[in-house]
Amino acid sequence: MELNELSIKLSQYETEGASFESFFINNVGQEVLQVIVDGNDELPIFVTRTDEQILCICYLFTEQEINADKQAELNDTLLRLNVPMPLSAFAKIDDKYAIFGALSTNSTLDQLGHEIVTLSANSIDALEAISDYLSE
Amino acid sequence: MSILKKLFTAVKGGVNEVGEGIVDANAIRIFEQEIRDAQAALSDAKRSLTEVMAKEIQTTRAIKSLDEDIAKHETYAAQALDKDEEALALEIAEKIAHFEQEKTEQQQVLNTFTTSVSKLKEQIKQAEKTIVENQRQLSMVKTTESVQKATMAVNDTMASGDSSMASAKQSLERIKQRQMDKQDQLDAAQQLAEENSDKALHDKMRAAGIGEEVTKGADVLARIRAKQNK
Repeated sequence: MELNELSIKLSQYETEGASFESFFINNVGQEVLQVIVDGNDELPIFVTRTDEQILCICYLFTEQEINADKQAELNDTLLRLNVPMPLSAFAKIDDKYAIFGALSTNSTLDQLGHEIVTLSANSIDALEAISDYLSE
Repeated sequence: MSILKKLFTAVKGGVNEVGEGIVDANAIRIFEQEIRDAQAALSDAKRSLTEVMAKEIQTTRAIKSLDEDIAKHETYAAQALDKDEEALALEIAEKIAHFEQEKTEQQQVLNTFTTSVSKLKEQIKQAEKTIVENQRQLSMVKTTESVQKATMAVNDTMASGDSSMASAKQSLERIKQRQMDKQDQLDAAQQLAEENSDKALHDKMRAAGIGEEVTKGADVLARIRAKQNK
C-alpha cells in the first residue's frame, strides 16, 4: 500500500477501539507518515516505506536521557524483552532508542492498523517499564 | 564482505551519522546493475535449458525409432534365411548394422544433452540463489538509507514545529495524566448514570406513596392554621 493511500484510509478507519490521525512529512525525498493513535501524541508513530517493507517506528527517548551507568543493563533488558513483546522490537537510530515493526508492502489495511495500534500500546508500556532508567 | 558486516562495522565505528551514507550511492547503483545483469543471464540460461531439453526429447525419440527399425529388420533377416535367400539376408543384416551404427552415434549425442541439462539446471539454481542473496543485501542497504532519510525528516519536523521531541519523562507524565483524565471521565459518566437510575426509582416510589413524603402546599396551610388556632 502507498503511504498516501494509507493516510486517506486511516482517517476513516477504526480498529480495536482506536482511531487515527495522520499527516505527511516529506521534505528530504523520503515519504514519512506521522500517525497518532487515539490522541497519543506524545508517542507518534512514523511510517515509512522501502521497496520491500513498510516500517513503523516510534521514538522513545534519547541516549542522553538515561543513566549512563545503567545503560548496559538497560540494553541487555531491552534485548531480552524483544521476543516477548508482541509484533514490535526495540531499536536504536542514531542516539535515539526506538520501538518498531516491519511489514510486507503487500499488507492490508487491517494488518497495518493492528500493527500501528499494537506499536502504540507497546510504546507506552515500554516507556513505563524503563522509567527507572531515566536520569533525573 | 557481506553488507551486514559492513553495516555492523560502520554502526560500531559511529559512522552512522544522519546524512552520511554507509555505502555510497554509486556502489548501490553498481550493485543494482549487477543484479539486473544476473537476472538477464538467468533468463538466457532458462531459454537454453528449454532448447536443450527439447533436443534431448527428440534424440530419445530417434533412438526409439531406430530400436524399432532394428527389431523389424531382424525379423525380415530371419524370414529371408527361412526362405534360403542368403544374399538378401546379408543385405538386410548390413542395413541392421547401419541402424546400430546410427544408434550409437545418437546415444552419444543424447548423453551430451543429458549432461548439459543437469549442468544448466545446477547453474540456474546457483544464479537464482545469488540473485536472492544480493537482493536481500541490497534491501538492507536501502532500508538503512530510508531510515536515515526518514529520521532526518522527523528531526526537521520536530525542530521546526512546536512538537519538538519532549523528554521521555514529560511524555510519560502527560500520558499518565491523560490516562487518569480518561478514567475520571469514565468514573464521572458512571456516577451520572447511577444517579439517573436512582432518580428514576425515587420518582416511581414517590408516585406509589413510598418513602419520604413530599411536602404539599395544602399541608403547609394546614400547619399554619393549626398555629393560628392555638
